[in-house]
Amino acid sequence: MTDEPTQEPFDEAEYRRRQRSRANLTGWILGGLALLFFFITMARMG
Amino acid sequence: MSDMTHSLTHAGTALPADWRDLFALTKPRVMSLVVFTAACGLLAAPGHVHPVLAFASILAIALGAGASGALNQWYEAALDAKMKRTAGRPLPAGRLDPQTALQFGVGLAAFSVFLMLFAANWQAAALLTVSILFYVIVYTMWLKPRTPQNIVIGGAAGAFPPLIGWVAATGHVAPLPVLLFLLIFLWTPPHFWALALFVRSDYAAAGIPMMPVVAGETSTRRQILFYAIIMAVAAVAPWPLGYAGALYGWTAAILSALFVLLSAQVGLRRSAENDRMQPEKRLFAFSVAYLFILFGAIVVDHMWPL
Repeated sequence: MTDEPTQEPFDEAEYRRRQRSRANLTGWILGGLALLFFFITMARMG
Repeated sequence: MSDMTHSLTHAGTALPADWRDLFALTKPRVMSLVVFTAACGLLAAPGHVHPVLAFASILAIALGAGASGALNQWYEAALDAKMKRTAGRPLPAGRLDPQTALQFGVGLAAFSVFLMLFAANWQAAALLTVSILFYVIVYTMWLKPRTPQNIVIGGAAGAFPPLIGWVAATGHVAPLPVLLFLLIFLWTPPHFWALALFVRSDYAAAGIPMMPVVAGETSTRRQILFYAIIMAVAAVAPWPLGYAGALYGWTAAILSALFVLLSAQVGLRRSAENDRMQPEKRLFAFSVAYLFILFGAIVVDHMWPL
């Protein structure tokens, strides 16, 4: 017996779902940050 | 960390972490109190702050608190696995691997400080850095596993947000935010020890030297009452010292009297066999509401003085 981590059956659909949801979220966060940094710059200049 | 299990594919490749687990790593419930007290510190400060800069400063404090929570959970994953209350967290439950949690925490901490520097000033960014390092290194890594006074000194980490909010708005420290810092600092021991009294077996199982485990129940109860009394003095102090008006003063006086009363019920009793610990649970719940109302009152008092 070894201490190997538990092997779960490969779930392609779950893998893709997580990848997609993370990619979507990352996109929204980056877009939001771009807007936030733009408005911060405007506020500091004003 | 070697006993951690990962969710793996057949090829041994870890599944990408679910964003909900990364979010849970930031301790969102703790973050709500941090955001609220930071916002109150910022709003109670003199002068006007541009709403965008105020929002960005609060966001930076929230992200800094989230980073501290993530690094705390990364470091304590093995301990969390031993406690019923924390065993379901993403790391002990094996839904997230430690490397991802560490990278997420460090990245979030660095970004929060950068955002504060960009949106506010270096003084606030420096304080935010100190608060993150204090929570992760001084409290989590050093004090918590070593001394029953962990909560007392570690409470300083949670007391930083209103001070950072104020400094983000003004660029300097003043007596009122220092008193607000002191208020949270003194509020932390009775708040956490009330919790520790009813989850005592959990802490004992994890080997964390919380006050009830090390000094015993009676001593903890006395200290809850002791800290509640000094905290009440610190809470009311801004009124006679002229840093807050009557609205805050009366709110603080009434709520603090109630806090001391509930602490006395906890401090002057002994738990029986199979005790349901109702007074302790009541004090814990009230202590959260107490802080929310008091910080709300300081803002209302500043904006619409009586």
